[in-house]
Amino acid sequence: MTLRHVSLTLPAGDDALAGLRAGDVVTLSGRLYTGREGVYRRVLDQGIAPPVDLASLSNANFHCSPAATVAADGTARIGAVTATASFRFSHWLERWFAVSGCRVMIGKGGMAEEDYRRHFVPHRAVYLTTVGYGTGALLGRGVTRVQAVHWLEELGIAQAIWVLEVRDFGPLLVECDLAGASLFAGMDRAIADRVEALYAGLKPPALARYGETTDRRQPIV
Amino acid sequence: MIALADIERTAIELMRRAAIDLPEDVRAGIGRMAGATTEPLSRFVLEALAENWRAAEEDRRPICADTGLPRWYVKAGNGAAIEGGFVGLAGALRRATARATADIPLRPNRVHPLTRHDPGTNVGVLAPEIEIGFEPVGDWLDLIAVHKGGLFGSDWRMLFPGDGRDGIKRFFLDCLLQSGRRGLACQPAIFGIGIGGSKDTCMAIGKQAACLRLVGDRHPDPEVAALEDELLSLAGATGIGPMGFAGGSPALDCHVEVAHTHTGGMPVSVHAFCLASRRAVARLHPDGRVEARTDPAWFTPYQRREGVE
Repeated sequence: MTLRHVSLTLPAGDDALAGLRAGDVVTLSGRLYTGREGVYRRVLDQGIAPPVDLASLSNANFHCSPAATVAADGTARIGAVTATASFRFSHWLERWFAVSGCRVMIGKGGMAEEDYRRHFVPHRAVYLTTVGYGTGALLGRGVTRVQAVHWLEELGIAQAIWVLEVRDFGPLLVECDLAGASLFAGMDRAIADRVEALYAGLKPPALARYGETTDRRQPIV
Repeated sequence: MIALADIERTAIELMRRAAIDLPEDVRAGIGRMAGATTEPLSRFVLEALAENWRAAEEDRRPICADTGLPRWYVKAGNGAAIEGGFVGLAGALRRATARATADIPLRPNRVHPLTRHDPGTNVGVLAPEIEIGFEPVGDWLDLIAVHKGGLFGSDWRMLFPGDGRDGIKRFFLDCLLQSGRRGLACQPAIFGIGIGGSKDTCMAIGKQAACLRLVGDRHPDPEVAALEDELLSLAGATGIGPMGFAGGSPALDCHVEVAHTHTGGMPVSVHAFCLASRRAVARLHPDGRVEARTDPAWFTPYQRREGVE
């Protein structure tokens, strides 16, 4: 089996997204912006309007905090770029897709299959995962310009909205395609099949941890 | 006398090396893994990692944007004299951490745990950690910079003597399956397993085992070394590869450290030093010489208090 490589231009149109399959290797060119819990909390929970019309910027939202510095004159310097684990942002998805018009979510580790079914598929969005996870230097290389940094004062370097121009930004892997097929979910099932055999013959500890059984009334000793 | 200016300058340089140049033992280990992996996705990931390290070196940019929690291990010969004493040393390492964070740049990851306020320097309350060990003979000072990643993949549990090796293995498997799927542990990682001691000792030696021993290194006690081999093959048997893809192992190596413990208990800690296994070492001499080193050589017989009165 050889992996398929696809170059995607941002903002990504429906036809380009429809051509992606879970497991494809993708590189991005165009514009994207970073946004994670700091941004979601401010926009969705506190009702503060985004500092810029996100949908007009890009339809790609990157779960990322860059290793960067911002000089006193506002000039930003980016070193490495790495995604953060996306599963923590699950409960904001429904409202975020509605507000942002996001079609490409980029992060680390993907989200639950249920999230794909309920939110990604109806909004015709894909999830791309970074590779490794530790290809920060390669991704940093793919950033050609920091177009703007919004909410730097309010949220700090890690949580601010970084608007980035990128070229051949990658590699990324399609974790969830438009049909909602998830690469990680398939891998998880393959590994789950081995679990019984791994534990076979190893006696359980004398004292269990509370909650280790699914029945919370079960004694632990 | 070891000058504070030399300490500060060397410390900044070590942090730069730690963030950008992956140690040779880790690089070689991942290379061997890539060669042995037949599953195309796992192999693609390991090859992308190698390409990333080349990009980091060429561009002088950090391997990973999550530059972890910068911390210090210091080893002092018993005869080492430091300008300003150990308080001077601590000040120099704190200044160096803040400077390196701005200069490299590193991500200012250190925040107050409740207010989440970020001073922006990776310096704060009890941060960075500075752990100091001693050697009976010597007038030198070893500085070891570690940028510890691996938020996922670490845990602690109180087991009991009767749980034995089965208990240790089960707990290790629990940790791998908890954090290895979807690659949250940023594997292949170097796993450090602390066994025994009091709870804090157990955590400290497990973390040191992960961060301060070279890939391929084995504990001098044959019984502990045998357990290291067993845990490494157990990790391989999970088949959890890089990013949690089926095919490969989550462990680049397993290092076990032990400490004498309460007769009724057997605490165990598991630590994952993520695939950005960032460490850099140098030895400072009183005449101002700075000697580049690759092996932290933290676990000496004296450090383990073997045969010490």
